[in-house]
Amino acid sequence: MNEQTLGLLTGIAFGFLLQKGRVLRFDKQVGAMLLKDMTILKFMLSAIIVGMIGIYFLNDIGFIELKHKTMNVGAVVIGGALFGLGWAVMGFCPGTSIGAIGEGRWHAIWAVLGMITGAAIFAELYPFFKQTVLAWLDWGKVSLADVTSLNHWVLIVALTAVYIGLFVFFEKKKL
Amino acid sequence: MNIKTSDGGWNPYLAGALVGVLAVVSVILTTNIMGKTNFLGASTTFVRAAGFLESSVAVSHVDQNEYFKKEKVKIDWQFMLVLGILIGAFLSSMSDKSFKLEAVPPTWAERFGASVPLRAFWAFAGGVVAMIGARLADGCPSGHGLSGLMQLSLSGFAALAFFFGTGVLVANLVYRRRAS
Repeated sequence: MNEQTLGLLTGIAFGFLLQKGRVLRFDKQVGAMLLKDMTILKFMLSAIIVGMIGIYFLNDIGFIELKHKTMNVGAVVIGGALFGLGWAVMGFCPGTSIGAIGEGRWHAIWAVLGMITGAAIFAELYPFFKQTVLAWLDWGKVSLADVTSLNHWVLIVALTAVYIGLFVFFEKKKL
Repeated sequence: MNIKTSDGGWNPYLAGALVGVLAVVSVILTTNIMGKTNFLGASTTFVRAAGFLESSVAVSHVDQNEYFKKEKVKIDWQFMLVLGILIGAFLSSMSDKSFKLEAVPPTWAERFGASVPLRAFWAFAGGVVAMIGARLADGCPSGHGLSGLMQLSLSGFAALAFFFGTGVLVANLVYRRRAS
């Protein structure tokens, strides 16, 4: 199988589960940001619990190497805040906008066109960002285990407990 | 707790946990089949899509652009993954009859009315800002959120906190009706 076919099949499964979880909706995303409907957080954190256990197991047996994205402080802070601003107004993130079109919510096309335009603008601004924001402070490709000096399994157990605690809270408050 | 939601969807904990399984299987398959480990992500594909569209009018401009050179304008694994999301969501919505043509999201219409041009303008503007942010931060809620937190990446936790923190602030300013 070539990489494109593998990507397509993985994407079909991903899109299917995103739709079944009902997380592609504008209303669910904005609902989470209004702290009224935590469906997307339940969905994401469930995926993260299962994924972190599996991925760290594969890493421990030497089957894979982790690929941390770099903790470039200015980029993550400013980029993260800009993303949050746009996300709230648009009501979709990149992956869910495409999925939303698939389930008939065709208004997501405006969000997709905006994001393609945003990517084109970023490509033009890249030399500027490279000399400014991206050059300020880079902590490199580090994990929480590196910065806390704790064993990753200790962190996985602790974070799983935190996430499950959040689930209990969400259910209690009917969010 | 119900396996199905009232509208025929799946319990979000179940669907989410299955995405966790998919993420692990995908890591195994990309490592085995492609010889390199790929994690789920989506936003780089928008760069490639922009590159392809720009290439149709100004090839040399795209060829010389440093960022397009860095990210490489090509139909790769992630590009097909994003296309797959469209197909998978379509199949799922047809299977439980939740497919619905919608011109304006209900929550938006409640607050700002059913005008298509108004929604189109703000969705487009939001998309521009969000994608500049995602590319600067080097990821979106898939790449930083899902894949970053699964790997305990420091950048994932920080990015998700800023995505969500700013999102909460802005959404409350934009969508909450003024108490008057």
